[in-house]
Amino acid sequence: MTVYLLCFVLFLVGLFGVLTKRNIIKIAIGLIIMELSLFMFFALIGYVDNGIAPIIVQEMEKAKFVDPLPQAIVLTAIVIGLATTSMLMAIAIRLYKKYNTFDIRKIANLKG
Amino acid sequence: MNSLIPLFIILPLATAISIILFGRLVKAFQKALPSAVLLFLTGLSFYFILSWDSGIYKYVIGGRGPVGNIPISIYFVLDGLSILMLCIINLIGFLSGFYAISYIKKYTGENKFYALFCLMITGMNGVVLSGDIFNLYVFLEIAAISSYALVAFEVEKEKLEASYKYQVLGCLSSFFILLNIGLLYWYTKSLNIADISRIIESSANKNLIIFIQILFIAGFGLKAALIPFHAWLPDAHSSAPSPISSMLSGVLIKAIGIYAIIRLFFNMFDITYEIALLITVIGTLSMVIGVLLAIGQWDMKRLLAYHSISQMGYVIIGVGIGMLILAKGGNRSWAALSIAGGLFHLTNHAVFKGLLFLNAGAVEYTTGTRNLKELGGLSGSMPVTSSTSLSASMAISGIPPFNGFFSKLIIIIAAAKAQYYLLTFLAISVSIITLASFLKLQKKTFYGKSKNRKLKKIKEVPFTMCFSMIVLAVLCIALSLLLIPGIRETIMVNVVYTLINKSNYLLILSDI
Repeated sequence: MTVYLLCFVLFLVGLFGVLTKRNIIKIAIGLIIMELSLFMFFALIGYVDNGIAPIIVQEMEKAKFVDPLPQAIVLTAIVIGLATTSMLMAIAIRLYKKYNTFDIRKIANLKG
Repeated sequence: MNSLIPLFIILPLATAISIILFGRLVKAFQKALPSAVLLFLTGLSFYFILSWDSGIYKYVIGGRGPVGNIPISIYFVLDGLSILMLCIINLIGFLSGFYAISYIKKYTGENKFYALFCLMITGMNGVVLSGDIFNLYVFLEIAAISSYALVAFEVEKEKLEASYKYQVLGCLSSFFILLNIGLLYWYTKSLNIADISRIIESSANKNLIIFIQILFIAGFGLKAALIPFHAWLPDAHSSAPSPISSMLSGVLIKAIGIYAIIRLFFNMFDITYEIALLITVIGTLSMVIGVLLAIGQWDMKRLLAYHSISQMGYVIIGVGIGMLILAKGGNRSWAALSIAGGLFHLTNHAVFKGLLFLNAGAVEYTTGTRNLKELGGLSGSMPVTSSTSLSASMAISGIPPFNGFFSKLIIIIAAAKAQYYLLTFLAISVSIITLASFLKLQKKTFYGKSKNRKLKKIKEVPFTMCFSMIVLAVLCIALSLLLIPGIRETIMVNVVYTLINKSNYLLILSDI
């Protein structure tokens, strides 16, 4: 149970970073931390004590297998995470070229 | 009908990829192809809605049926609500794409625009069709990532800032949804919506289910920009190029926000009174605060964006009142009326808000500004834009015989019948404030006199832009025909009854 709680704490650490930091790169890092904690959560869901990879050969018909579906989900989610992160970074670079700063207090133009 | 379902995902996806590959070689290809494909899909979805016999259709990827009562393949499910959403998405998508042919000429990288546009349509069609929550998440991300890129398409200071803000909040909402999918899989060992619904019906752990429901409201509420989560919407919707604003405001917030809330809370979870109350309160807040924020705006697209929040509030209270009545075990036909009002308003909002953003784009295209203080007297030189904009404004502020009047009327009648008099009063007064706000927009843009001399020389916008606006303006009146007895029973009522009968949705689990 502890490890699940630690995973949730990591999620909250990322959320804290997103909410309190003023630097757009640090906000993106907070988002990445949240994302990684979710990937770990998925890996934990599928984990079975002393389980082995679910490849069926004849000798091990009665062996314990880990759940393969969360692993497949994590692989898909990592690819999606790559796309979102690279999109965030691309926009961050363009913002830096326009404003010469990463500070969101100096970037804020849109109000109302 | 079953084997036609994957076309809605394959065709736009193939279009997007082929535009990236061959778009530079043949110039006309990239302009004609998206419109042609989307026109075909619009025709297909209208064929579906006309030939629909209130059944539920499914397409199983790989064709493997359930193994020992557990569905192992990915399901695409087509029921009434999905067909209605497909019609909206592909119709507005076709008209925006056709409008973009003239509008997008001034930008560089046209082929990237069309490719991202088709990817966004793919994502939304996929969200609406998928019967599997992880698959829903994947398509939701396809739609969301392409919309992040499209918001920043003009690569100016404000657009980049809006896109960054949208991305941070969009990522947060995606993580909430992904966390929920993890929790649901942990608890039920299934990802299929119908299967999960069957398992949590008989479960004992109510606290976890409530936690998951609230996180889902937060996640999809962020995508749908309901009021505590609305901060990104006015920036993102006013920064995008106008055809994209029209897609974002007209379709995207509905397809990946409101649709998902309706689908999950009606077909996956049991309706409880507390959650129904929470949804209704959020809807009321959106409706009232959205319109109050819209009054003070002088930027045309920003004003329209705030009205989107307010009108989404109407949709949510229509659905929420229906859920409240169902949870209390009240009269099912009043619940159905209320939900039908919400869905009808959703359809209407897609049409008139799409049209209003296209009008704003036309004004910006000819005059180069969308500040209401600098505009004025355009009705003489831009007759098509002016008249279509007038009809959309009357539709959104609820003037008969336009479609917005009828859907608001249904929601207000349902609220009164369910004895929520405060909601009834608020819905009527918000409608009046909306009228005032749109009178201001009409007067400052199209009537009165302008101080600016340049505005006298302008001409009407090109043909493709006019065409899209005229079709949508005709639809603003024609959609009120959905209320006529006979048409009403075949479409709206049928959609609602297949939605609220949960056992109906579980039928997809039976054999192939």
